[in-house]
Amino acid sequence: MKIIVLLKMVPDVVEELEVAADGKTLDSEFLRLIANELDAQALEEALLLKEKYTGTVTVVSLDAPEVDDALFTALAKGADRAIKITGGDGALGTRAGAYLLAQALSTIQGLLPADLILTGAQAIDDLDGLTAPLISHLLRLPQLGIVTKVSVDTAAGVATVLREFPGGVRGEYEIKLPAVLGIQAAEKPPRYVPVAKVRAAMKSQVIHSVPAPMMADGGVALLQVAAMAKPEVTEHAQMLRGSPEEIADQLCEILAARGLV
Amino acid sequence: MAGNVWVLAEQWRGQLSEITYEVLALGKELATALGCDLQAVLLGHNVKPLAASLGKADSVLCLDHSALATPVAEIFAHALTPIIRARSPQAILMPLTNVSLGVASLLAEELGIGCVNFCRDVRAVDGSLQTRSVLYGGKMEAIVKPAQRPAILGILPGVRPPDEGLAETVPPIEDVTVDVQESSSIRWKRYIEPEIGDVDISKQEVLVSVGRGLQSPDNVAVAAELAEALGGAVCGSRPVIDQGWLPLSRQVGKSGVVVKPKLYLAAGISGAPEHVEGMKNSELIIAINTDEQAPIFHVAQYGIAADVMDLLPALTEAVRSRKEVKSHA
Ligand SMILES: Cc1cc2nc3c(=O)[nH]c(=O)nc-3n(C[C@H](O)[C@H](O)[C@H](O)COP(=O)(O)OP(=O)(O)OC[C@H]3O[C@@H](n4cnc5c(N)ncnc54)[C@H](O)[C@@H]3O)c2cc1C
Ligand SMILES: Nc1ncnc2c1ncn2[C@@H]1O[C@H](COP(=O)(O)O)[C@@H](O)[C@H]1O
Repeated sequence: MKIIVLLKMVPDVVEELEVAADGKTLDSEFLRLIANELDAQALEEALLLKEKYTGTVTVVSLDAPEVDDALFTALAKGADRAIKITGGDGALGTRAGAYLLAQALSTIQGLLPADLILTGAQAIDDLDGLTAPLISHLLRLPQLGIVTKVSVDTAAGVATVLREFPGGVRGEYEIKLPAVLGIQAAEKPPRYVPVAKVRAAMKSQVIHSVPAPMMADGGVALLQVAAMAKPEVTEHAQMLRGSPEEIADQLCEILAARGLV
Repeated sequence: MAGNVWVLAEQWRGQLSEITYEVLALGKELATALGCDLQAVLLGHNVKPLAASLGKADSVLCLDHSALATPVAEIFAHALTPIIRARSPQAILMPLTNVSLGVASLLAEELGIGCVNFCRDVRAVDGSLQTRSVLYGGKMEAIVKPAQRPAILGILPGVRPPDEGLAETVPPIEDVTVDVQESSSIRWKRYIEPEIGDVDISKQEVLVSVGRGLQSPDNVAVAAELAEALGGAVCGSRPVIDQGWLPLSRQVGKSGVVVKPKLYLAAGISGAPEHVEGMKNSELIIAINTDEQAPIFHVAQYGIAADVMDLLPALTEAVRSRKEVKSHA
């Protein structure tokens, strides 16, 4: 089975985020990029499927700072091939990124047809749409999002997947392959890979850099970001200060006033 | 003439979602500001009776078709595309929930128009639309202008109080013929109900909710002790559940349970929009987080910038001794 995983670099929100001087983008000076959290889930699902049904996993990213680390980590975890598409505009929105990715998947030798294209269900920085439905539309493939379980009937060429709904309810679907799936959670927590193994991958494996394809019909962002800022702090919690014991006492007073203790 | 403002009335398993009313309230404001009508669009199979409660809208378009009985984004997008083309609304407001997620993107591409996600608010400014959209797990907000109309706007839960979207009147209902087929490549099979947990967290008055900031599964016991001292239960955010620290029945949020306890104590939870939509209506929210910038402090009444593992044991101790004093008094 051939599986492609799309991996997107996004700001690590554990770090402080600052707005750049243009007032519309993040200040790149303080930015640390990591692979979008759900992409690690998509990769894990791909690796589990590979172990179960045999096959190959190819990870594809658009060039971005720190992307090599993320791609080598994927290789160290068991991905077979890593492809970095270079020379695209670094600050693409989701729509333009999806157009570029769809074009790249179709033109780079040996990528399509693939049985499954997995993306994270959603990235933390998208304003103008979701990649999985966009790519599925552009490649004319069926698509399901918020997926938490995938099993494949290779002979019949179909996958049975679970999709999340509210309240812990899930929906079961059968989808024809090839298909695009937006992965919300793999069946197991993403595997851990020690740094030493990532370093070893850096020495023994390669990332294939491929120039961004010429775009016949480049998707453009159909929106304009006028400003970016930290959320207005019209409503902010009243912060309690002191030692843990002092704060605990203050909290007890607050709870007692409401009859909660 | 500019078209109307549309609201996609989200129904799931035969019931309108609460967010439908929230978005109707927002849609009404926009329609008034833009000087046009508000229309609700109801899609599904045998859903017409639901239209009566959409009176906040000036009228309801009802798209009923057996193929719409199955929750598949592409079928919904196919059903809506020709109708949007024919009637050219200027804005289409869509709930961004686990039910409707994915429809907006597909629909926008089919129509070749733009969509803006994660809208926490939408306003008409000088006759143009402008959204306030959430980014980076709630740590930033962007002011976004759709490049053209119509635009599809994905609206987060909590945009307006649902009560504001209710109306006594029954709206005029127009049946719209749709020509859709079941998907040739996606076959719906069934709903799988969640396993019933040992406690129903939606019925608890006190919830101690733990997030990734708890650091280790071993620390769940520390939160459980506090919950016990307070006479409540432990629950958690998605990563805690995905890692198996707590069962799925204890997950709060978009994919989990919506809770409204008297006390929600969020320990080591950042306050991502998908979590907040499950707990924002709690009567009292107290948050503990080492990061003073964490978005959870925007929904909490009281906040403590501290390590959960320093605070939880101290609080358990204080609650216990207060209860002891009380029982001796
Ligand atoms: C379609 C979809 C559905 C989703 N559904 C849900 C859902 O139902 N429920 C849900 O919760 N999420 C859901 N999510 C995920 C959501 O986007 C967030 O990723 C998640 O809520 C984050 O959980 P968290 O706050 O525990 O972790 P994080 O965001 O990692 O936050 C951990 C926090 O702990 C703090 N911290 C770290 N160490 C300490 C310490 N020692 N003491 C105190 N604080 C500390 C950090 O500052 C940080 O703010 C969904 C996402 C998607 C895309
Ligand atoms: N620039 C990109 N490069 C590679 N994958 C991407 C890119 N943008 C989006 N994706 C994939 O699509 C998922 C959803 O992203 P988004 O549509 O931006 O919410 C991500 O988690 C990735 O798997």
